[in-house]
This record gives sequence, structure tokens and C-alpha cells, in this order.
Amino acid sequence: MKSENRPVPRRVSHPRQVNIWVGALAALVFLYLIVPILIVVPLSFSSALYLTFPPPGLSIQWYENFFDRSDWLGSAWLSIWVGATVMVLSTCLGTPAAIGLVRGQFTGKKLINGFILSPLIAPVIIVAIGIYFFYARLGLVGNPLALVLAHTGLAVPFVVINVSATLQGFDDRLECAALSLGATPWRTFWQITLPIIRPGVMAGAVFAFISSFDELIVALFVSGSTAVTLPRKMWQSIRFEIDPTIAAVSTLLIAFTTALLLTSEFLRRRSERLRTTGGSAVGS
Amino acid sequence: MSSHESIDRKNARAMLIHEAGCAAVRAMSPVPGAQARVNVAVREFKFRRRGHPMAAVAEGLRFIGARNRESEFRHVAFVLPLLVYLTVFYAYPVAAMMFRSIHEPDWTVENFVQIFESGVYLQVLWLTLKISIVVTLASLLLGYPVAYVLARIDRARSNLLMILVLVPFWTSILVRTYAWMVLLGRQGIINQFLIWIGAIDEPLRMLNTTFAVYVTMVHVLLPFMILPLYSVLREIDESLLRAAQGLGARPSGVFRQIVLPLSLPGISAGCLLVFVLALGFFITPALVGGPQDLMIAVLIQQQVDLFNWPFASALAVVLLVTALTIFSIFVRALGVEQIFGRTRP
Repeated sequence: MKSENRPVPRRVSHPRQVNIWVGALAALVFLYLIVPILIVVPLSFSSALYLTFPPPGLSIQWYENFFDRSDWLGSAWLSIWVGATVMVLSTCLGTPAAIGLVRGQFTGKKLINGFILSPLIAPVIIVAIGIYFFYARLGLVGNPLALVLAHTGLAVPFVVINVSATLQGFDDRLECAALSLGATPWRTFWQITLPIIRPGVMAGAVFAFISSFDELIVALFVSGSTAVTLPRKMWQSIRFEIDPTIAAVSTLLIAFTTALLLTSEFLRRRSERLRTTGGSAVGS
Repeated sequence: MSSHESIDRKNARAMLIHEAGCAAVRAMSPVPGAQARVNVAVREFKFRRRGHPMAAVAEGLRFIGARNRESEFRHVAFVLPLLVYLTVFYAYPVAAMMFRSIHEPDWTVENFVQIFESGVYLQVLWLTLKISIVVTLASLLLGYPVAYVLARIDRARSNLLMILVLVPFWTSILVRTYAWMVLLGRQGIINQFLIWIGAIDEPLRMLNTTFAVYVTMVHVLLPFMILPLYSVLREIDESLLRAAQGLGARPSGVFRQIVLPLSLPGISAGCLLVFVLALGFFITPALVGGPQDLMIAVLIQQQVDLFNWPFASALAVVLLVTALTIFSIFVRALGVEQIFGRTRP
């Protein structure tokens, strides 16, 4: 088997092959990422009155506690309402902005882009106390409107990033065709542009909702004692009354987030499939 | 006859100019309206013998110019509402808060003097930097293998495994921190397990230690490292790896000489994100850290609760300046799009 003339190449591994040690390390990190989250689930069904593992028996008492107590349920509804309003507001503001930023060539575009995306990277505590002082002066602390206004600023970058991403691969000629066939710019937007960028808009909307729904630090300052959101209520519960209700709430939240994530992923894939089949029909 | 010829010649010349003009217009703008304008001007010239052949091209160019100006205006108008919104509800409050640190009730630098003269506050700043650096390095060491494996396996499987990164990413930080409190607590799962297998007799103190802060913060921030690394590693051309192998490089050599240099943008983007987010971390150190793990964000919150607003503002300014300095160093080296572009899950 040994060849004399040409150097024998070492076993050429397929690029898809991964070193077993690297694979094992990655598997451990995957466990580190997911196990702590999953461990909360069995705890939430515990029949014990305090946190203990493994649970001595199964019970749904903590879920009943969550759904019976008006303070828990009230904050959950408030969070959903605030999140939904933030979602609508940030989508309406962020989608046109993304279109203008991707297509425009105006001066200062990079600066404006950086400014709009800066809430993603700015330490939230800074934004939170700035907004708190601002609303304290306006007397808006404890008003859900204050939460909506503050969360929208923090959620808008998610919309801008997602819509920009779908616009990058956008074929301008489709719009030109619509315009040259006599459609008004408004109609062109609703019938051509929006259906094509819809997956980006929807993904951005979902992320905006989650970012507001999960937001604690701004809520800690701005919600006062009258507009207690779910994260704020959880914070109080974790600090002062550790009982497994919080495990039940956490489980519900994990299920809710995962469902939203899977839905947006499903929508993205479907629209991608529609787009590729549509593209081949047009013959582009 | 000759006049006819001359008309023909003129027409031929007009046609040439028309062609050239239309080509120019087409090259400069795909908008059909511009070409229609050119056609109208050419027809005017050809059949009515009015105007100049160049008028057609000029008309087209004028149209493009007007259209561009108009669409630029429209693009600015699209961005404007958001810009106004963010200025009123985000930039102005933050700026006013920062102004408070040097002007409450009169011009003063007292708050900053207090931060930099008192060892306690400098220590908090130093501890915050130290924790952020350690968390960033730990996330890089743990995140790289994950991103590497995700990028090398085929897409169907990596999309599936990606769920294991994205679910933690989108799960509330509060829930994740709570999960670690349950794991690390005195009566927590890890202690109960260790006692059960007989490794220890007394429960270990893990919650409210610096160790707990590190473990939980790395867990929370790891997805921010994995996602940018993954998108860079995914783009590396496989044929480069095959070529290197074919030329006799060992797997370690392929990694060191090809994969690692090509993934540097992802490494910087991930490190920047994790570091800057860690600097401002509040929830995790407040819940799982002990009194000795006072990070700057927790200190700010305490000062706000004590109604020490100007001093809290000064601390926020210090935090913001630190974050911005590090951020601008990275941006200068990389470009802002690269960093934000990679944050997309």
C-alpha cells in the first residue's frame, strides 16, 4: 500500500468531521446552556412547600396559585398589554426607518444608524435611570404609558435590524415594475414591498414584544407600585418570598418564549420557501 | 432630395444620441419613468423638429436628478419619526441625567471627585472591569467550540442544535438567574446531589459568592458570543480547509492557520458584545452575588434608591464613558456594521 514516489497525504478528514474532543466540549457547553433552564420545569410541579429536588410528589398547586392570585395575573396581563403596544409602536416606527436607512444615501446615515441601534449596546441601567428622572419630573412614574414609551426605544433596534436584513436581498426592479405599471407609491408599498419584507417585519415585531415582556431594569424604576409588570413581580418574589410559584411562572415563561421563537422560525422558513418557488416561477 | 438626406442624417444622429442617452439613463437609473421622458424628448425632436437632440438626454438626466433628490428626501422622511421619538424618549432623558451629574443645583465636579478620591468607588469600578474581562474570556473559551461544531455540521442539524442556544438567549435573564439560584443554593440541587453521593457532608456555600456571579453571567452572556462566532465560521469556504489538508496541514495547523485568522471578526464582535453587556450587568450580580460582588450597575441602583441622584448620575457617566471608550476602540478596528450585523440570531 505504500507509495514510493509521491508523499502519502495524511488521512484527509472530511471538513464536516469534528474532532471528538471538540465535540465533547461543545456537548458539555450545550448542557450548561440548557440544563439550568430545564431544571426549573420539574420544580414547578413539586408538591413540597419549599424548593427541594427531586420533588417528593407531583402537584399543580403553584400554577393554581399563579392563576388564583390577582397580583400575579394582573402583572402578567399588564406585561402582555405593554408588550403588545410596544410591538405595534416599534414596528410602525422601525419599519419605515429601516427602509430609509437601507435605501437612502443621505449624509450622516452611518451616524443615524449607530444612534438608532445604540439602545442595544448601551448599559440598560443608564437608560433606565435617565428615563426614571425624566418621568419623575413629568409625574409619569407608575403609569403604564411610561413603560410603553421607554420600552419602545429599547425594542426598536430589533425591528430595524430584522427589516434591514430582509431589505438587503430585495430586488428593486419589482417596485420599479409596479410603479411603471401605474401603481401609486402607497399601493406599491402595500402590495409589493410589504409582502416581501413581511418575515423581517414579523420577526422584528416578535423580538420587540419579547424584549419588552422580559424587561426588568426600566420597570424596576418606572413602574412604581401601580404598574407592576411580570418581571418586576418576579423580582420581588425572588427577593422576598422564595416559593415555588416563581418556578411555575418561569416554566410558563420558558414555554411562552419557546413557542414565540418556534412560530417566528416557522414563519421565516415558510416565507423563504414561498419566495424561492415564486422566484423560480418568475424566472429570475 | 438633399434636404431629405439631411433630415435622415439628422434623424440618424438623433437616433444615435437617443441610444447613447438611453444607455446612459438606463445605466444611471433603473427607473422606467426616466426612459419615457427621454423617448418623449426624442420624438419631439424627430417628428416635430423642435429642440435639440441633446435635449432628450438632458431631459432624462434632469428627471433622474429630480427623482433622486425627491427619493432622498423621502428616505430622510422615513427615518425622521423614529429619530424624533428616540431623541425625545431616549437621548434627551439620558443627556439630562448626565447633565445632572455636573449641574445640581449649580455647576460642580464634586460628584466625580468623590468617585475618584474614594477608594471604595474605584474598587467597584475595578471589580466591574475584572468580572467583565473574566466573563468575556470564559465565554470565548466555551463559546468557540460550540460555534465551531455548529458551523461544521450540516445545516439541518445545526438549525436543530441552534435551538439549544436560542432558547436560553430569548429566555428572560430573570428566569435564568433564578434557575442558578435553585441550582447553587444552600439547599440547592447541586448541594443535595453532592451530599447524596457522599462527596461532602456539609452543604457548600456557592450562592452569593463571586463564583456564582461568574457561572451565571457566563451562562447568560454565552449566546451573545456564540451567535456572532457562528455566523463568521459558517461563511468560511470549506474548499480552503480541504486545500490546506491536501497540502499536508495537520488538523491543528488548519485550525491555527486558516480557521482562527478568518474567524477573528467574529471573535472581536462577540467579545465586544459580551464585555459591554457585562459592564452594565445588574440583575445577576444583584441576585446571586454577595455584598463583596458589588458591580457598578448595582451601586447606581442603590444610590438612586437613596435619592442620591446627582451621584448616581456621575457613576452612570463613568460607566457610559468606559463602555463608549471600549466600544469605539473596537469600532475603529472593525466598522460598526460588522458588529451589529453579527448580532442577528
